[in-house]
Amino acid sequence: MSRLAACFEKLHKSGKKALIPYVTAGDPEPGVTVSLMHAMVAAGANILELGVPFSDPMAEGPVIQRAMERALEHEVSLDDVLKMVQTFRQSDADTPVVLMGYLNPVEVKGYTDFAREAQAAGVDAVLLVDMPPEEADDLLSALSAHELDMIFLVAPTTDDARIKMITESGRGFIYYVSLKGVTGAGHLDISAVKQQLAKIRLQTALPVAVGFGIKDAESAASIADVADAVVVGSALVRKVEENADSVDNINSAVAGLLSEMRAAMDRC
Amino acid sequence: MQATDNNSDVYQMPDGRGHFGVYGGMFVAETLMGPLAELREAYEKYLQDADFLAELDYELQQYVGRPSPLYFAERWSKQLGGARIYLKREDLNHTGAHKINNTVGQALLAKRMGKTRIIAETGAGQHGVASATVAARLGLECVVYMGAEDIQRQAMNVFRMKLLGATVVPVESGSRTLKDALNEAMRDWVTNIDDTFYIIGTVAGPHPYPAMVRDFQTIIGREARSQILQQEGRLPDALVACVGGGSNAIGLFYPFIEDKDVAIYGVEAAGDGLETGHHAAPLCAGKPGVLHGNRTYLMEDAHGQIIHTHSISAGLDYPGVGPEHAWLKDSGRANYVAIDDNEALQGFHDLTRIEGIIPALESSHALAYATKLAPTMTSEQIIIVNLSGRGDKDIHTVAEHEGITL
Repeated sequence: MSRLAACFEKLHKSGKKALIPYVTAGDPEPGVTVSLMHAMVAAGANILELGVPFSDPMAEGPVIQRAMERALEHEVSLDDVLKMVQTFRQSDADTPVVLMGYLNPVEVKGYTDFAREAQAAGVDAVLLVDMPPEEADDLLSALSAHELDMIFLVAPTTDDARIKMITESGRGFIYYVSLKGVTGAGHLDISAVKQQLAKIRLQTALPVAVGFGIKDAESAASIADVADAVVVGSALVRKVEENADSVDNINSAVAGLLSEMRAAMDRC
Repeated sequence: MQATDNNSDVYQMPDGRGHFGVYGGMFVAETLMGPLAELREAYEKYLQDADFLAELDYELQQYVGRPSPLYFAERWSKQLGGARIYLKREDLNHTGAHKINNTVGQALLAKRMGKTRIIAETGAGQHGVASATVAARLGLECVVYMGAEDIQRQAMNVFRMKLLGATVVPVESGSRTLKDALNEAMRDWVTNIDDTFYIIGTVAGPHPYPAMVRDFQTIIGREARSQILQQEGRLPDALVACVGGGSNAIGLFYPFIEDKDVAIYGVEAAGDGLETGHHAAPLCAGKPGVLHGNRTYLMEDAHGQIIHTHSISAGLDYPGVGPEHAWLKDSGRANYVAIDDNEALQGFHDLTRIEGIIPALESSHALAYATKLAPTMTSEQIIIVNLSGRGDKDIHTVAEHEGITL
């Protein structure tokens, strides 16, 4: 069984929901990332989403854009991110790691080389924001040959026919984008999320994670109430940014917010 | 507007999902897939709609000032001592460039789709001005995204847009230029898709934009084709147009693609020279990749990050290129060449002094290539150069480059 499937199964048995923090690899400098990954697991994260820096992150709000710019100032590449995962794996064999980013760095490396190197590093799944299932045939075969899951997004604008296609192509879990907008936007509508999740569940038994717009313990708990997993990104990246000049404080600042979310999610 | 013949020799691009061979496609976040499908349906419907086409024709004639002349540059041709050079005078359009052909088309489409707000990205400001102009004409709200760096360089166009009632939003992210403005416009669109229409200014972006913008710009080539047949009684031997994103070029080239005896030259910006790396010539010196919703040739580093471009002409200063150009390059139907800043400036001065026409620095790249090509041809042969825009906007750049304070 894959790490992702095992993780969701274990959570399901204990009646808990997955907490999935996102941070950008190499933000604000490459040295902090692996230790931050471990700190997030210690604070209650079940799955880690690691952002691969890209020069033109079209779907990101200003917080994650700036994170990627900080990482790119250190020229953090896809190769560097894979090395970080490899290092993380040396002392954490269980926590699933999802790479999240944009297609071009993967395209330039080549799908097969990428899949082989990602598997070797200990990556479990890949989410490429600008790679819809329609374009993904070749990438999907390269990934599945190396036992990597491809996570696809479903959005508020996705109709039933597309939900069917996406859930047929997706592996690991389905990521529901809770709002029309970029990451870190602030207009979460729980009842609308609930409606769209019901449509997704009609089509698939895969776990459904919800992200975009979750910024505190309260919103994490209300999403955990309806979804299998809660993804939180910009709110954590903002903590990284606030401590960019005092990197020793990053782990505790991020872990602090995550622990509050964990506690709120477990109460419901 | 597309050929529907079953003959496999007939050029039919793109396919139903927007692919030009391996190029093009729809590489966007899921939230945009629905709106892009809606746009594609509307665009396909209205291109068959007699009322819409009549309205478009009327606007192009009465508001833009079409048809634009196909002007025989006799003195310049004689001095070069070779082919007879004709200039397709897109510089004479309202707002001074070919950009308005597309903004009129897309804004009319926006109105038919019930959208009340249009957004656009702009580099030098020409597409922003064309969008703001049409928005004023149709009473639509208009927001233009422009790199903070470009806002500094193009203060006059920023003021023109504001006079026209548009809101100009400075983009501070990334390299603070055109590519970042496009990113930011996409972010606006994904947030405001219910009431907003995104007018992309070139033949890039996700499907259907490369095909749609091409179709609105082919008026250039259709007119040029019938004009040259009328004026010379035959087709030209060569077409020359500058390529940034490539909308003026595809507009001229497309109606000639099946005329295999017509040579096609797209001219990219070599900036300081291709060998320096400071240029904006992805077709001549870049590699395929995925950016802004499509697969095409890009200026990128070994890790897939998009790199900074340089050209004296802000309108060519873009790290990608329309996917149909990538296809035309690989298929061998079109040739792509590059002209550096100094050669373009020489073309700018030549046309100004010899023909009394001040060309845009973008178009000056095409003119400079024509000065190389024409002497290799005979006086019986014909070149059509797309004079895609006028150069008034560039006089400060030229003066500064030559150490002159205005």
